[in-house]
Amino acid sequence: MISIVLMVITALFFPGVIVKSKAKFSGRKGPGIFQPWFDIARLLRKGNVFSNASSYVFQISSSVYLAAVFTALLFIPFENLGPLISFTGDFVLFAYLMALGRFIIVASALDVSSGFEGMGANREVLYGLLVEPAFFILIGSLAMFTGHASFASIFQGLHYTSYFSAVIGVLAAFTFSQITLVESSRLPVDDPLTHLELTMVHEVMVLDHSGFDLGIIKVANNLKFAIYGMLSANCLIPHELDFWVRIVIYFVLQVGLAVAIGFIESFRARNKMAMNPQYILSISAIATILIFVVIIINNNL
Amino acid sequence: MKLVNIFEAITVLTVLVFFVPLRWKQTLCLALSLAISAITGYWAFQNLVNHSTVVEKLSLPFWFHSSLLEIDPLSSFFLLVISFGTLTSILYSSGYLKPYERSKTRQEFALHYFWLIWLQIAMTLVVILHEGLPFLVAWEIMSISSFMLVIFEAEKKEILHTGIYYLIQMHVALFFVLAAFTLVEAKTGISGFDGLAIYFKEYASIPMFLLFFAGFGIKAGFIPLHSWLPHAHPAAPSHVSGLMSGTMIKMGIYGILRVVSYLQFDLLEIGTIILLVSLISSVFGVFFAIFQHDLKKMLAFHSIENIGIIGIGIGTGLIGKAINNPTICLLGFTGAILHVVNHSLFKSLLFYCAGSVYSQCHSRDINELGGLIKKMPSTAVFFLFASVAICGLPPLNGFISEFLIYKGFFSGLGSDIYVSLLFLGGITGLTLTGGLAVFCFTKAFGVVFLGAARTSKVDHAQEVSPSMLLPKFLIGILIATIGLLSFLFLPTIAGIAAIYLPSGMELPQNPFGSVLTNLSISLGLFVVVLTVVFILRAWQQKRQIIAQGPTWGCGYSAGDFRHQYTSTTFADNLNRMTSAFSGVETHYVPIPKEDVFPKAKRHYETHQYDQLEKLLILKPSKFLLNIMEKFVVLRSGKIQHYILYGLGFILLAAFLTIVNVI
Repeated sequence: MISIVLMVITALFFPGVIVKSKAKFSGRKGPGIFQPWFDIARLLRKGNVFSNASSYVFQISSSVYLAAVFTALLFIPFENLGPLISFTGDFVLFAYLMALGRFIIVASALDVSSGFEGMGANREVLYGLLVEPAFFILIGSLAMFTGHASFASIFQGLHYTSYFSAVIGVLAAFTFSQITLVESSRLPVDDPLTHLELTMVHEVMVLDHSGFDLGIIKVANNLKFAIYGMLSANCLIPHELDFWVRIVIYFVLQVGLAVAIGFIESFRARNKMAMNPQYILSISAIATILIFVVIIINNNL
Repeated sequence: MKLVNIFEAITVLTVLVFFVPLRWKQTLCLALSLAISAITGYWAFQNLVNHSTVVEKLSLPFWFHSSLLEIDPLSSFFLLVISFGTLTSILYSSGYLKPYERSKTRQEFALHYFWLIWLQIAMTLVVILHEGLPFLVAWEIMSISSFMLVIFEAEKKEILHTGIYYLIQMHVALFFVLAAFTLVEAKTGISGFDGLAIYFKEYASIPMFLLFFAGFGIKAGFIPLHSWLPHAHPAAPSHVSGLMSGTMIKMGIYGILRVVSYLQFDLLEIGTIILLVSLISSVFGVFFAIFQHDLKKMLAFHSIENIGIIGIGIGTGLIGKAINNPTICLLGFTGAILHVVNHSLFKSLLFYCAGSVYSQCHSRDINELGGLIKKMPSTAVFFLFASVAICGLPPLNGFISEFLIYKGFFSGLGSDIYVSLLFLGGITGLTLTGGLAVFCFTKAFGVVFLGAARTSKVDHAQEVSPSMLLPKFLIGILIATIGLLSFLFLPTIAGIAAIYLPSGMELPQNPFGSVLTNLSISLGLFVVVLTVVFILRAWQQKRQIIAQGPTWGCGYSAGDFRHQYTSTTFADNLNRMTSAFSGVETHYVPIPKEDVFPKAKRHYETHQYDQLEKLLILKPSKFLLNIMEKFVVLRSGKIQHYILYGLGFILLAAFLTIVNVI
């Protein structure tokens, strides 16, 4: 349960820290840390405008998306402190719930008969298709390293006996954070602040969502940050430390990740659209390196 | 009178279809099918619940009266799949065939229903006959009956052509299986599957397995033996495509599962072969599906994908058996067998939905459809449901079988370097398949059912009749039940998979531990969370203003339905990445430089050509045809020449006898 509380807290400050750090880097004062959530709260109090072309698929999409992401969150542990449910292969369910969320949002984008939203939908499924193998190769190599096959037992078994094996943690955390960028549609894959619909990915799909529906999509997106942030942190925090020390390290890491995202978004431009597939495939390549590191460490080679 | 005699009596009664009035034909067909299903269902129940192998003897002379019907767990499982598949197909057929009543004669309908019921009988016999010759005869009846079903609209030339193409490929498959059985009988003296137990003990397993794999693989549709599927499925009427794709191609899987159960040596090699072929089938099956614009052709490619997933399960299980790991073995085979039933459900549902769309819009071209969700709401729900299931997404049944196979893969990581790498490859392939399936079905569902209509073909579409919705509803219930309550079904299926366990190992009391209940709890949790969100949303929306408006055009006010994404454009970004091997050809004349403001209507078309079919089927057959054409000179049409040929042959024979060659 502690992991769920931690992730909810992270989701509360994470988007705000990104916005704040971007403001600081560009020399502005910036809004308060919780401003993104005030915006969401305002959306949640509003009604909806539906496109004439849309059907009930559009209306249920945001709810299914939130439910899928929230259920996926329940499987994520905080190190050895178990999640709500844990069983062998739970990460398969996790990944497929995320895919279900993607499926329904893409369907809703196609439901409004807009060429722009079709564009976003098309990109989203392609990027999703390319990033999923990276997640599975990564989890597969961690499962190989620890000899376990569930989130909780994998992260419990991640003991680094030497500096050499700590490479695995660093590589895994790096890969998870790269997956975060793709899944949450941040730079360099997608620029959430762009004003040109032609170059958007995730934002353009939800152009026609409004009010409450848009609000819960944003909630789900923030939860996604927290989920992948937790996965990255789990690869890095040593088990031997005191509980409270680990909590502190966890929050430092989360703030660090958010500032890093803000830093990247301040100093780097979005990839050319045609470069994105290559960029995303390189994440799988990094994950493949991890496999060989694991094989070498386990003395199988 | 024994049950088997009633079964035989029903096979004779099928001729009645020719003598009843038109409106009774479908009912009679359904009744006969129900009777057969009841009998086979009883046998399967006897076997699965009471654990007794049912052995019956056929008595009618034309049914090889010495041959035995043996119903073991594997047969029982397939009997249930066949019965359910045929019943829904016949239920659906009455509504689907109604428009043809004007153009088709009574005899043609009678012939169609006659072969429909015989397809069920043939498939039933295939899974319960173990001896060589009777099995092959049943196999042949299955091919012929499905051929007759495919060519229902034989007056269209391309459909007849496709039917013959299919028939030829089925006979190539038959040749492989026949050769394999003959070899086994020659070496062991026992005909049929029982001889395999001795054969595999004493002779090399791999060549014999490959012979069977080629034969059964053509039926099942493994790449590169798949080329008949994308032709035959679109040509057949939809209830037949649903039955063929959902159930009949599984007979190939049955054959492979049966042969694999006798293997004793070289398990690792054979497992690897199956796994690699299946991975290629699943990834490329769905990959090619993305570039199809014909709805039913796309579904046919998805059958190849799903056959691949089943094969991945079989390969994993076999490798598990090879390395003496009962967990992997059980997970792989259970996943494969469960995926057989899962695929038979959602694939037939998808074909019935595609058939409903075709019957209303008279088009299978995805690019001509759109916005059907408002005209055919129930069909759209079923299509969405089946799409989610076929993509393997929770909480529906496709997820359960893929989950088991994943779990098998993950259990094998770290044991042995060769197996680990193979399994990591398997995981990547399966993930890629899942991602591509989501790509393909968001496209199919989005373009066909969502958005706005693209042509006037959609204008007159209406929801189909309840008789066409009923079978979809029945399938839908099963899909949801298997998905949410897998723990009810899986112990039985694990019991079937137990025949593959390494020798000397028994099926554990609780083979999956608490995983299944946890899985069901998690999926239930998802449903609960979803319901809570829905209730919250409904409660919040009650007090708000809900407005309708035009789609946000991003500042562009002249947008219309033609700006929507189509099947072609949706596949475009993937095509650009993979143009080296996607086989997509674009038919488009680029705008000339001086033509700054093009006036005339322009056409842009893409078409996917199956490179493997070209390489394996079209090129060799063209080569043969070229050689054969050389002999056309001999056909002079003059009787004198033909007598001369005869004389020449006799002289040659005489000469060869003198020199003792023959």
